[in-house]
Amino acid sequence: MGALFYVTETNRLQEMLGGMRSIAPLIAAVIPIGLVFGTVAATKGLSTTEAGLMSALVFAGGSQFVAMDIWTHPAAWASLGLAALLVNIRHVLMSASLAARMQAFSPRARAVSMLFLADEIWAMAEFRARVARLTPFWFFGLAAPFYLAWVLSSLAGAMLGALLGDPAVIGLDFAFPAVFIVLVMGFWKGADTGAILIASAAAAVFVQHFVPGVWYIAAGALAGLVTALVAAGRKEGCVEQ
Amino acid sequence: MTVELSSFLAILAMAAATMLTRLSGLFLLRHVSLEGPLRAAIEAIPPAVLMAVVAPTALATGIAETIACLVTALAAFRLPMLAAVGLGVTCVALLRAVGL
Repeated sequence: MGALFYVTETNRLQEMLGGMRSIAPLIAAVIPIGLVFGTVAATKGLSTTEAGLMSALVFAGGSQFVAMDIWTHPAAWASLGLAALLVNIRHVLMSASLAARMQAFSPRARAVSMLFLADEIWAMAEFRARVARLTPFWFFGLAAPFYLAWVLSSLAGAMLGALLGDPAVIGLDFAFPAVFIVLVMGFWKGADTGAILIASAAAAVFVQHFVPGVWYIAAGALAGLVTALVAAGRKEGCVEQ
Repeated sequence: MTVELSSFLAILAMAAATMLTRLSGLFLLRHVSLEGPLRAAIEAIPPAVLMAVVAPTALATGIAETIACLVTALAAFRLPMLAAVGLGVTCVALLRAVGL
């Protein structure tokens, strides 16, 4: 009985390799995005070190692209911090959900693992938790290569971007609005999503026109949230009748 | 190879905000059930935020950007991310080249 739960070195290695196998296709997908991020960061005036530092410390693609969109010289830390908070607020739900799957982790291992909770890592870990018990070694195999790929591709992109010059000529400035639109469409679930997007877009354009700073992001988020609440409330009302 | 103080502070602020969101899930009460309107509202946050970020570019910059955004959105239903982004970037470059 005890032997069943005794974790040998071989088991640990197998767990780690299993995590690496799971993340491999997503690494192939994230390298081009990291390159784009680094390139755009360089054209926004960030040094290679700054771009790499951001990828290493923030490690959240969506919020890093938002930061590039609103980056100024000198950088406004309050606006950028607020924007990161808004874009990453979904991680609260994701970590709450994944924490329930981490019984095999020590509290410390759990907290350290959560710091690497990018969307892709979360999705693969939740998927794995459905068929097997999550272990710290499997999670390490999953997260470490993905983290390295993100940081290194950002650095490479930043070095490349410094050589490219004006990105508008080849449309490269449009790369992150385009990435965002693809991400938005990934959330599409039908007419309700359409209503949320229209409310958010309208509020954002309106506020951005009249209020300086990044308040338009908060306004769009709030408008979308209220729209979703109204739609859900209406549905619930229908069921009760 | 330099790091400006303002940039460094901004990166730290972003990192702190992100870490806060990632760690706070650990302290959420498990029995708080996210059902009904509350769940719908929280699920609406990511697309609403992303849409808000991109809306000024998509709708208030120029015709080239608006068309390219539409093309990218439609392509996203069928194509993988990189292909859809590539199509959008090509589209905006061509439209700008013809003077839109």
